[in-house]
Amino acid sequence: MSGIGEAAVRGMRRDSVMRRVLAFAYPLRWRFVGAGLLAAGTEAAGLGLMAAATWLLATAAGQPPLIALSIAIVLVRALAIGRGVLRYVERLASHDAVLRMVTEVRARIFAALVDRPPARRADALSRMVSDVDAVQDLVIRVLLPMAAAGLVAVAAVGTALLADPAVALVLLAGLLVTGVALPLLAARLARHGSARLAPLRAAYAVDTVDLVHGAADLAAFGARPEYEARGAAHADELARVERALARRSFAVDAAATAFGGVTAMAVMITAMSRGLPGVWLAVLAVATLAAGELALSLLAAARKGAEIQGSLRRVAELLGEPAPAASGGLPVPDGSVHLRLRGAGVRYRADAPPALHDIDLDLPPGRRVAVVGPSGAGKSTLLALLTGAITPDSGRVTAGPAPAQPTVPGAPRSGAGGEPDPPTADADGTGADGTPIAAFDRERWPAAVTGLLADAHLFHASVRDNLLLARPAATDDELVAACRTAGLGDWVDAHGLDVRVGEDGAELSGGQRQRLALARAVLADPQVLLLDEPTEGLDPAQADAVLAAVLAHRGDRSVVLVTHRLTGLDAFDEVVVLDGGRVKERGTQGWVRAHGG
Amino acid sequence: MDSVARPFDPRLLRQVPSTRRDVVLLGVLGAAVAITVVTAAAALARALAAAVELRLDPAAITGFLLALTARAALTSGLGVVAARMAATVKASLRADLLGAVGRRGPGWLAGQRAGELATLTGRGLDALDGYFTGYLPQLVLGVTVPVGVLAMLAFADLASAVIVLVTLPLIPIFGILVGWQTRIATERQWRRLSMLGGHFLDMLSGLPTLKAFGRARAQVTAVREMADRHREATMRTLRIAFLSALVLELVGTISVALVAVPVGLRLLGGGMTLTAAFTVLLLTPEAYAPLRAAGTKFHASMEGLTALDQAFTLLAAAGGGSAGGTRTAPRGGVIELRGVTVAYERTTALRDVDLTIRPGERIALVGPSGGGKSTLLDLLLGFTTPTAGRILVDGVDLAELDLDGWRRQLGWVPQRAHLFADTLAANIALGTPDAPRERIAQAARAAALGPVVDALPQGLDTVLGERGHGLSSGERQRLALARAFLRDAPLLLLDEPTARLDAASEQAVVSSTLSLVEGRTALLVAHRPALLAAATRVVRIDQGTLHELVTA
Repeated sequence: MSGIGEAAVRGMRRDSVMRRVLAFAYPLRWRFVGAGLLAAGTEAAGLGLMAAATWLLATAAGQPPLIALSIAIVLVRALAIGRGVLRYVERLASHDAVLRMVTEVRARIFAALVDRPPARRADALSRMVSDVDAVQDLVIRVLLPMAAAGLVAVAAVGTALLADPAVALVLLAGLLVTGVALPLLAARLARHGSARLAPLRAAYAVDTVDLVHGAADLAAFGARPEYEARGAAHADELARVERALARRSFAVDAAATAFGGVTAMAVMITAMSRGLPGVWLAVLAVATLAAGELALSLLAAARKGAEIQGSLRRVAELLGEPAPAASGGLPVPDGSVHLRLRGAGVRYRADAPPALHDIDLDLPPGRRVAVVGPSGAGKSTLLALLTGAITPDSGRVTAGPAPAQPTVPGAPRSGAGGEPDPPTADADGTGADGTPIAAFDRERWPAAVTGLLADAHLFHASVRDNLLLARPAATDDELVAACRTAGLGDWVDAHGLDVRVGEDGAELSGGQRQRLALARAVLADPQVLLLDEPTEGLDPAQADAVLAAVLAHRGDRSVVLVTHRLTGLDAFDEVVVLDGGRVKERGTQGWVRAHGG
Repeated sequence: MDSVARPFDPRLLRQVPSTRRDVVLLGVLGAAVAITVVTAAAALARALAAAVELRLDPAAITGFLLALTARAALTSGLGVVAARMAATVKASLRADLLGAVGRRGPGWLAGQRAGELATLTGRGLDALDGYFTGYLPQLVLGVTVPVGVLAMLAFADLASAVIVLVTLPLIPIFGILVGWQTRIATERQWRRLSMLGGHFLDMLSGLPTLKAFGRARAQVTAVREMADRHREATMRTLRIAFLSALVLELVGTISVALVAVPVGLRLLGGGMTLTAAFTVLLLTPEAYAPLRAAGTKFHASMEGLTALDQAFTLLAAAGGGSAGGTRTAPRGGVIELRGVTVAYERTTALRDVDLTIRPGERIALVGPSGGGKSTLLDLLLGFTTPTAGRILVDGVDLAELDLDGWRRQLGWVPQRAHLFADTLAANIALGTPDAPRERIAQAARAAALGPVVDALPQGLDTVLGERGHGLSSGERQRLALARAFLRDAPLLLLDEPTARLDAASEQAVVSSTLSLVEGRTALLVAHRPALLAAATRVVRIDQGTLHELVTA
């Protein structure tokens, strides 16, 4: 079973996971010690309240003078109020400490991600955010309850030891079962349970996707009953396993409660046989019961701990990366950079076909290249290679100074035909391949190559802030000019630059959103401008106008356009058709016309 | 929000009738737990009172342990029933939601709804576990246990019973009051809080963009500062929010003091037995415990209630007649569209369309995208029903036909076929799972999929990833054609089989399409001249109206 193997790996690494996560608690250790003591105090007050009340009643039954009870009466009232107040202070202290810790964890994770290839899926991101929340759960719902229960248990056994060693021993044995053995069992069951449920849930999620997104195909081919039956079988299996797991988990709860009662009676009987006074027999029994209930909270803590194990492991993995080095690398050539892809390939997963295979592309200064192809063909991956967001798994992506001869800036588009075949171009060029782009200063590389990329994000901030990202020193006039180029001029005139755009531009229309992202790319004004479907969401007439305006603004500087539309490509020196990660066709200016697009 | 905030959603009993039995069972178990709580306390009180007098009362000790074990078992039983209920409700809602997709047909699933449904059915409903196993049992015990405790207290000591009776309602009342206060206080900070809380996700989502403009490192400090401001804002809210926990805690503990001290004084005066006094002391906290537990778990179970509400809302929207009738579809007759109009909320896709499709005709549909070509195919597939007008199959209205039977006569090649997470062979044999292996291989070859299959190490038995991960769009399209070949249906509906293909794939798809339509009735949406050559008639659809171009 892969589940067992995975569990073994997890077990091996659990120490280092905890070490990495808790390293962030170390600078705040006194706050956490304080919170732990407050938590223990809260539980002790609850236990003490029941013990003191029992002592009060048992003593009162002997009808002593009232003065003998006065301390107990005060104690009962003080503990009753104290417990609530302690709980309140404890929760504030622990939350403040853990939020301070999470602040550091977030900053560090963000820094670690800066140097990582981008995550491609939105759900991976929100999972990461909830993974960080698991750090909070670890402290508040696992470690603090454990620390509090542990301290109270030690204090209880210590107090019993003062009364009688045998009684203390019985109490200790009972607490070890309810507070250690059963929680360990509960954690084990929880881990085992999620190992069994995870693959079933994944299988059912696939069924759901097939039934919902494949609804038309299933209906047309009359295959719905078959796939519905398959989904139902998985759902039933899921329900069966969930019920079985619930039975075991609640059996552990029942055992803990019953065993708490057994311990209490055993303590009472032992104390009686050791000749302790009658009043204390009742106090010990009630206090033991209260301690047993405390142990029940450990079951919840243990289960929570098992539940967040996966999240913590992912967090620890990110935290384990070395702190990002200060930016460095070769200075980015300014003026005229010549990019080349030579047999470049990218493979995201070992068991899947490559996203890009053996791609050659030559981008001397001033060249305009259009990349077309169906979705999933590798177009955006190609752009990611040029930005340096990903490095090729095979082949080379290089940049060098512009060769002396092959292309004359200012007249690149006049030479129809040009050199469509990069190897040839290179052979009669400088011969030198240039420097792999990974060697350049990553933070400054965008000055050479950037643009509007597929994952362009609008921040929940003002239009101005979103634009300034591309060029922090830009003046308002420059911002408005960029907007005008992207066809957003009228809108900015009407609304100004201080309008907030909402979460990922949610308060803009699709077209406005796209144009704002385009304006930002225009403003960045790199040597090579990348445009990934820049006019998506615009109607065809607007799309052509906006693209023409951006190309006019670029003048004789390089543009790489990714698109699925075949109009307006006459302005490009080369058209590259990708499918399945390979170049299917490539041609020069006349290509589109010849293909009847 | 109001419908969500209720502790129990009565629609559950209507939607999943089998839960009625479980609800009754929960009530019975809850009552039984109350009895064992009272019994255990009374027995323990006797055992303790005996112990104070240095007597061992074996009957009382045994009674206590038996009652406590019964209580533990019954409480667990309550949890198991609740968990079973959760599992049943999830399985049943999942079946209902997916059944609604089947009943209402693919047309119902436009856009947003498909994603929402897939997420809700897949993982969203798992949030119900917290509600059912955490909150619901405590809610039941919050009713039964206080009743049992109060009855016993009234019997043991009336004064204590009155104290508990008066203070008990303080828990829900203060819970509501403080919750209300908290909401007012938090609403003031809500905009700010959610803005700050969302900031980390915003920054993570925008990381590629930050990197693209060389601004990522500069943002690390901003992330730290923002997180710290988030902490300060959160703490301001928590100071108020935790007051509710403080009140719940205090009501419980102060009642113990309120009961214990007067009882102690009465014992002192000799007006009460020690057994009765212990019974009161042990029972008092039990009265408050379930309500407090329910209160602390309510927020955690909100997510489950929201998922439940979402499911009921979707199911209510899915109500309404299922498509299709019961009459057996006639085979191979003339198909007539008479004055058919299809109107959606904002647009009219087809306007008063007449079209006659005679057996053996191959009609090419041309026109701008969005003109209504795909709607016409959807009508014949039964995915869309006419707003006005009728579709007649050999003189019988399509609406009266058994849709499954009718669809058995159709071969459909959509623009973008869904590929199922299954083997290549199973994907081709969609709807005919017991097709002989040889015929599947034949269909694959006919659709020019042969070389693709041969190149795969496991051939037809290769398992495709989720949504056909791993096939190019050309291969995808050929697989859709292979489905149609295997189907061997008399009427073919092809929706731009060559859209978005490169030249090489296009050629392969065109030639297999031509051999597929040979000798069959076909409606094909087409742009490419090569496909138009196969048509006997060409019809142009523009802005919902039909124009005959060529009649061969």
